[in-house]
Formats: sequence, C-alpha cells, structure tokens
Amino acid sequence: MIRRAAGAVLLAIVLMATAAPWISSNRPDLPFDDRAYAPPMRVHLRDAAGWHAPFVYQQRLVHRINRTYVDDHTARVPLRWFANGHLVSIDPGAGPLLWCGADALGRDLCARLVYGARLSLGVAALGAFGALLLGALLGAVAGSSGGRLDTLITTVADFVLVLPVVYLVIVLRATRPLVISPAEIFWLMTILFALAAWPDVARGVRAIVATERTRDYAAAARALGAGPWRVMTHLLPAAYGFLRIEFVLLIPALLVAESTLSFVGFGFGGATPSWGGLLKDGEALTAMYSAPWLLLPAAALFVVVLALQTVAGGRPGFPASIVDTTAARR
Amino acid sequence: MIHATAAYVARRLVAALVLVLSVSTAAFVLARLAPGDETTADVIEGVDPKVIAGTRERLGLDRPFPVQLAHFTWDLLRLDLGESARYDRPVAALVAERGANTARLAFVALLLATLIGLPLGVVTGAYSGTWFSRLLSIASIGVLACPPLVAVLALLYVAATTGWVSVASGDLLVPALALGLPVGAALERLQSQATHDAMASPDLLAAAARGIPPHRLVWVHAARQSLRPVLGVYGIVIGSLFSGSMAVEFATSWPGLGRLMLEAVQHGDVRLVAGCVFAGGICLAVGNLAADALRSLADPRVRDLS
Repeated sequence: MIRRAAGAVLLAIVLMATAAPWISSNRPDLPFDDRAYAPPMRVHLRDAAGWHAPFVYQQRLVHRINRTYVDDHTARVPLRWFANGHLVSIDPGAGPLLWCGADALGRDLCARLVYGARLSLGVAALGAFGALLLGALLGAVAGSSGGRLDTLITTVADFVLVLPVVYLVIVLRATRPLVISPAEIFWLMTILFALAAWPDVARGVRAIVATERTRDYAAAARALGAGPWRVMTHLLPAAYGFLRIEFVLLIPALLVAESTLSFVGFGFGGATPSWGGLLKDGEALTAMYSAPWLLLPAAALFVVVLALQTVAGGRPGFPASIVDTTAARR
Repeated sequence: MIHATAAYVARRLVAALVLVLSVSTAAFVLARLAPGDETTADVIEGVDPKVIAGTRERLGLDRPFPVQLAHFTWDLLRLDLGESARYDRPVAALVAERGANTARLAFVALLLATLIGLPLGVVTGAYSGTWFSRLLSIASIGVLACPPLVAVLALLYVAATTGWVSVASGDLLVPALALGLPVGAALERLQSQATHDAMASPDLLAAAARGIPPHRLVWVHAARQSLRPVLGVYGIVIGSLFSGSMAVEFATSWPGLGRLMLEAVQHGDVRLVAGCVFAGGICLAVGNLAADALRSLADPRVRDLS
C-alpha cells in the first residue's frame, strides 16, 4: 500500500519533469523585473465581493532594499486552465505566475524546480542504468569465466570501490573548461557516475552468476554445446531481482551525488539549474532566512529519496552518496 | 588467529598504499590536464610577466610535463607532497591541518550517530509493538531519506529561524548533526532488525526460561548477538561520512579537507589537489581497514575468504 503510494508519487514527479514546458507557465531562465525574492503566490477563492473561481493577486514591490511585496488587491487575476499552452496560467499581461516564489534574479522557482527535475532525475537514472549495464556485463563475465579474468575484474572493482570518488569526480570535472554546455555536463556526469557505481553491481551479479553456473541447467546448456556467451545469457536472468533493487537504490545515491556536485559548483547552475544547483542559491543563511522557499529543492530531494527507498522495499538504504552504494547489498 | 589477522592487515596495508599512491598520481595528471595552472590568476590580474616567469620556474612549470610528473612521483615516493602554490605552504601541513578538521567532524558525527542510533535501535527492535517504537521507526525512516546536503540545509534553517544553536563557522554541532543524524537513523534501523532477529533466537528463549530478567535479556544478551551485523556496516558508514562531509563543509564553512580540495581545484593548485586526494585516499583506506579488521576479528569467515 505504502509502496504503491510511493510509486505513484514518483510517477507523478517523472511525468511533471517530462511535461515541464506544459506544467510551468514561465521559462526557467527568464528573470522578471521587480520580482527578486518574490514570495510564493497564494491561491484565493474569495474576497470582499464573495466567492470566485480560483484566482491570485499580482505582487507589487514596495521596498526594493528590504524586498517586501504586497498583494495587489485591486484586481483579481483568474487562473486559466489549459490555456496559452500550459496547464495553469494567467493572462500574460497581468505579470508572472509564481507558485513557489522567485529567486535572487526574479526567476520563477517553480519553473526552475520542474525543469531541474529533468536534469537531476535524468542524470541519476541514466547514470544508474549505465552502472547497471556495465556492472551486469563485467559481473557476469567474472562470475561465469572464473580464473584470471575473474581475478582481474574483481581486483579492479575492489580498487574502484575504495577510491575517494567525490574528489576524483571533481578533478575529472576540472579537466574540462569551467563553462561548458549543460548537455556536456549532463553526459560527463552520467558517464562518471556509471564508472563510479558499477563495482557494486558487478560484485552482486558475480556472486549470483558464480552460484548459478554450478546448477544443472547451466551444465545442460554446456552439454548441448552452448558457448560461454550463450551460457551467460542463461545465467543472467537469475540476477534480475538483484538488478532491479540495485537500480532503485542507485538512483537516490546518484541523485544526491549530482546535487552535491552542483551544490559545490561543479555541476549544473545558472540558467539551467538542477536541484543541487538551485540549492546553491538558497544556501546563504540570509537568503534562507528571508526567502525560505529557496529551500524547496531540498524538500523535493527528500521526497524523491524517501519514495525511492520505500519502493525499494522498505529496506533502508544508507544516507545516499556516491561511495556507499554498497549499502544495497546489506 | 592473531597471526592470521596480522598477515591479513599487512596485505591490506600494502594494497592500500599502492592504491593511494597511484590515485594521487592520477589526480596530479588529471589536474595538469585541466585548463589553466597556478599562475592563471596572476596572469588575469596583470602581474608583471617577469614575476610570473619566476613563479613558473620556481614551481617547475617551465619544464615539460613528463619531467614534472617524474618529479612529483619521486617526491610522492618519499612521501613529500611538495609546496602549495596558492598558500605558499607545504601541502603536507595544509592537508594534515584540514584533514584533522574533517576527521574531527566525522568522528563527532559517528559518535553522535552511534550514541543515538544503537540504543534507540535496541529499543525499537526489542519492543517493536509499542507506539513509541512505531513513532521512532517512522522518524528514523524520514531522517534516513535526508542526505547530508538536505540535512544540513534543514538544520541551518531551523537554527537560523529559532536561534537554538549557533551557526557561527567553527561551531561543530550543526555540521556534526547534519552528517551524523542520517547515519544514526541507518544504524537505528540496522540495530533494530538485528535485535529483533536476536530476540527470536532459541538461545534467548532458553535464557528467558532460565529466569533472566527481561531488561538484561535485551541489553546484554540480544545486544551482544546483534553486534556483528551492525559492526559490519561501519566501513560503509565511514565512507559515507567522508563523501557526505563535502556538502556539509561547504554549507557550514567548516574548514575541512573537502573545501580545501574545492579551492585547490578552482585555483589550479595541482600539488594541493594531489595532496587532498592523497589524504582522502588515506582516510578512506584507514576507515576500510579498521572496519575490515574489526569484522575479521569478529567473524573468522571474512578472514578466510580474503
């Protein structure tokens, strides 16, 4: 029951990220004049004149230094559904619709969150998938071949497992120019995460395949003349359950890794933010005190990690990070 | 048995040393590949070219890369990490100073996690039906989903709005809590499961039949049995503390190794980058080694396998 609910939450978040341009009524990189640190808008149903369809009030900057805003009660701005090519929007002439407030440059935080989900979840999911592919392949080869190849792969895996991965990722990132296109950061991170996270997968798959190859069906396949690759395709399905769990547990680990890297300035940021890049804006104590909505990406991270851990079967993962994906095999 | 453990530890030590040396060298090469070097900032600031040429000569930047690498490797083999161009200080001293800060943070976090997590785990594992245990379990699962990055921001926010704890840089409580609480929650879950399993084991039933009082049953007999699975994860925990501390150090201005590393990379201070990776590798290796040694003492199967 709880797992279903968690799955539904995840599905909703993924759908929102996929349909980002439709969900958010503003572009994530567009700064609005006089909206720096504008607070989240509230939806109203009634005013002095009585009940109405859902509407908002536009915000008016009253003090530029203190960044105080008041709601402009003179005009109701009705929400429009399925208009202007968005799910919810308001009349473009009335000003921006800011569900979650605005950041220091007056950009729509809601739009940035939804678009950021694409990058954060995309990197994590693709990185986890890459790690899974690499780990499954190398683990299966090691487990079904045995001998010198097995020793080699196991040694390399053990080697990678104890690397100070966070540091190495940062050094690797530094080999590229400081400003590179978001697409390049995306692929760089995905590949780095896959390279950092495969050993755990490989270890698990190796153990499973090594026990499976002594089973009768493997012997039967060999007796029928199947080559090593053919036999491997028979053995690998035994690891499906493990791979599924590993995938679900790797995603939060990599999600947090991405956020941490972006948070310290070695990932996404600026016009194309991820959740970690967004948190960088809200990190300063003064900012978080006066504009707590800037911490919403942290809440988003929390929800996704919690949901993924629940989906993984209520088994506690570890405080997710790049190096401790080992926790998956508890 | 002591002899076998010693041989095992010795083998692991050599492997760890080789690992750390090769990773530091790799970091040096990678950092050199990065655009810019130690003098880039000077060039941008318009420092006299003669001065820059002098700096480059002093740092050996005027020589071809293979020569630089050879120098670095030779220094490294003598455990000389060289001089930081940015701080004008020996890298070893800098790294030791900042590494000690990170270690202090990690140690306090681990202590907090252990002191909070294990007793609560025993409680929720032994008295799993009560509302208190249920409440604790839910809280624990929630905290578990807080990676250090989220935890530190949440704690900073609470501290900033309520003023309950100081968030001045140098105050240990907020960073240590941010780093330790998620780990404490994980330990609580593990200890809870282990205690639960131990309580159901036949020898505990026998002990209860002998008339041993319940509290002794829980806190002595079951706790001792559940020690082994919990000890086994301390290696993972140390790794997670190490990587998690990067975000915490950054958010709370804690002068640790992670921040030093970031600065070094940003300023193209290649020797310092390699030194930080060296120190990070040592920290992780020592952590892993300590955890494995503990496990190998507690469980002969681990020793025989490897």
